[in-house]
Amino acid sequence: MTATIWEVFRQERKGQAFQHAGSIEAPDERFADWYAREQYGRRGESAALWIVPRDAVHPIEDFVDELNRNYHRVDGYPLKEKLKEARERAGTSAAAPDGS
Amino acid sequence: MEQREQEFLQYVQDGGQVEVDDWMPDEYRARLRKFIEMHANSELMGVLPEREWILRAPTLQRKLALTAKVQDEVGHAQLIYRVVEDLGKPREQCFDDLISGKSKFHNVFHYPTKTWGDVGVIAWLVDAAAIISQKALLKCSYAPYARIMKKICWEESFHILHGRDVVLTMMLGTDDQRELVQEALNRWWGPLMQFHGNPIPADEDPTYQWRIKTQANDEARQQFLDGYVPQIWELGLTVPDPELRKDEETGRWHFTEPDWDELKSVVTGHGPKTADRLDLRRQARERSAWVRQVVLADAA
Amino acid sequence: MVSPMLRNVSEQGRAQLLLGIADDELILGWRDSEWTGVAPFLEEDVAFSSIAQNEIGHARALYELAARDLGTTADELAFDRRPAEYRCAQLVELRLPGWEHTIARHCLYEAADAERLARLIASDDPEVAGLAAKIDREEAYHRMHADMWFDRLSGEPRFQAALEELRPLATAIADPELRNGHTPDLAELLEVMTEVRRSQPPGTTW
Repeated sequence: MTATIWEVFRQERKGQAFQHAGSIEAPDERFADWYAREQYGRRGESAALWIVPRDAVHPIEDFVDELNRNYHRVDGYPLKEKLKEARERAGTSAAAPDGS
Repeated sequence: MEQREQEFLQYVQDGGQVEVDDWMPDEYRARLRKFIEMHANSELMGVLPEREWILRAPTLQRKLALTAKVQDEVGHAQLIYRVVEDLGKPREQCFDDLISGKSKFHNVFHYPTKTWGDVGVIAWLVDAAAIISQKALLKCSYAPYARIMKKICWEESFHILHGRDVVLTMMLGTDDQRELVQEALNRWWGPLMQFHGNPIPADEDPTYQWRIKTQANDEARQQFLDGYVPQIWELGLTVPDPELRKDEETGRWHFTEPDWDELKSVVTGHGPKTADRLDLRRQARERSAWVRQVVLADAA
Repeated sequence: MVSPMLRNVSEQGRAQLLLGIADDELILGWRDSEWTGVAPFLEEDVAFSSIAQNEIGHARALYELAARDLGTTADELAFDRRPAEYRCAQLVELRLPGWEHTIARHCLYEAADAERLARLIASDDPEVAGLAAKIDREEAYHRMHADMWFDRLSGEPRFQAALEELRPLATAIADPELRNGHTPDLAELLEVMTEVRRSQPPGTTW
C-alpha cells in the first residue's frame, strides 16, 4: 500500500464555490481527512473541505473550435453599430441636444 | 536561445502564468525547481532554531503561539515540497540532498538562537524579511507556487504579530528583558541584511528574468529597511550599523555593505550551526524511517 | 513544605482534582510538542502539533478554573510549583524518543482520558461538567487520530511491545489514587520548561 496524493478543495465561507487549495500525501482516507483538516482548517479558515484522490481528478484542457463558433461568444453579437443606427432612426440618439 | 524558448521568455515577462503540465524551457524548469526547493528547505530548517524555545516558553500563551508558528513553518515546507514533487523531484530525494549539503537553505537558519530575545527578534524581523520576498512571489510566473504563497503570506502575518508582541512585552519589562532584545538584535542584524541576497541588478539576475523572482534583491532589502527600521527605532532600540540612515531626498537607505563572503560561506554549508542542524535532521529521519515504510510504503 | 498557593488545596477538592488532570494535559502536551519539526513525515508533524496545542489548551482551561479556587493564575500553577507539587501521572512524564512509544502512550492515554472525562461530564458541578464536555469534543478527534495510528501500527512488533511496556502506567490516568510519586524525567522536563521564566523575578510579564 503506497501513499496517495489527495487534492484538497476548500470553501472559505458557506455559499462560496469550492476552490482548489493544494494537495497532501496520505496512505488512506482517514489519514487524508486528518491531514487536510489540519493543513487547511486549523486556523478556522475554511467552512468546508473536499478531498479527492488525485487519480480521480480528470483534467480537461484542450478545447476544439476549428470553425469559429462566435455565436457562443460575446463577439458574435455586434450590437454597437446597429444600436447607433436604430437610435438615429428613432431620433433618440444620445447625441441629440433635446434628448427627443 | 531557440524560438520557442524566446517566446516563453516573452510570455512570462508579459505576466503569463505557467502550470505544471505546460511546456517549459529546460533552463526555466531547472532554475525554478532549485529556487523552490531552497525555499522548502529553508522552511524545514527554520523549524530547528525555534523548536528549542517551544519547550522553554515562559507562559502558556507564548508556548501555544510559538508552537503554532513552528507548525505553520512545517506546513509551509509540506506545501512547497509538494510543488517540487509535482515538478518531478520526490520529497525523499530533496531530503537526501539537503542532508548531504548538496542543496541549500537560507542564511538565517544557520545561526544559533541564544535567548528568548532571539525568539522575539526572529519572529518579528526575520519573518518580516521573509514576508517581503514572499509577497513578491505571489506574482511568480509558475502558478502552483504563486498560489500556495497566498496561504503562506497569510500565516506569516500572524508570526510577525507574535514576534512584535513578544518584543514589546519585553521592552516594557525589566532592564534585563530590554537588554535581551537589544543583544539579540545586535547578533541578528548582520544576517538580516544579508538575507535578501547580494545586490545583483534585476536585469542580470536570471531568476528575475524568468519572473520566478519578481523583485530585485536590493529592492527587497530597501523595502525591509523602510518598513522595519522605524519600528526598531521607535522602541528605543539601536541598530548596530553607524552608517544606517535614510536619504530623505532619494528615499533610499544607506548602510554598511553586508559581508557577502560571509553569506556565501554560510549558505554553502559553513554556518555556525549548519552541521549540527543537518545532523539533527539526519538522525530524526533515520529514527523514523520505519514509520514511513509502514505507513507510506516508502523504500526509505 | 507546601508552597503558599497550595495551602488551601485540601479544603478545595475541586482544585485538587482539576490540577491532576491539568498537569497530565500540560506535561503530555509538552512531550507531544517535542515532535514539532521532527515527526516521521510532514503531514503528521502538522497534525500531531495540533494535538499537542490542544492538550496545552485543555491544561490552560483547567488551570484557569483551579486558579480561581486557589486565588492564583493559570501560568503560576503551570510553571511556578516545585516538581513534587505536580500531580501528573508517570505515564505522561516519560521522555519517549521513539514514535512507537509516543503513539502507544497516545492510544493508552486517550482511552483512559475518555473514561475520566465521561465521569466529569456527569459531575454535579456545572463548571467542571461544562469544561469537560468542551474538552471531550476536541478529544474525540484525538481518539480518531489514535485509532487511525493503532490500526496502522498494530501489526508492528515494536508497537505491540511499547503498548505492553506502558500499559501498567495507564491505570493511574483514570484513577489518581494509583499515582505514586514522579520519575526523574519530570524534574528534568520542568527544569527546561521553566528556564526562561526563572531567569527573571516572579511576576515578570513575558
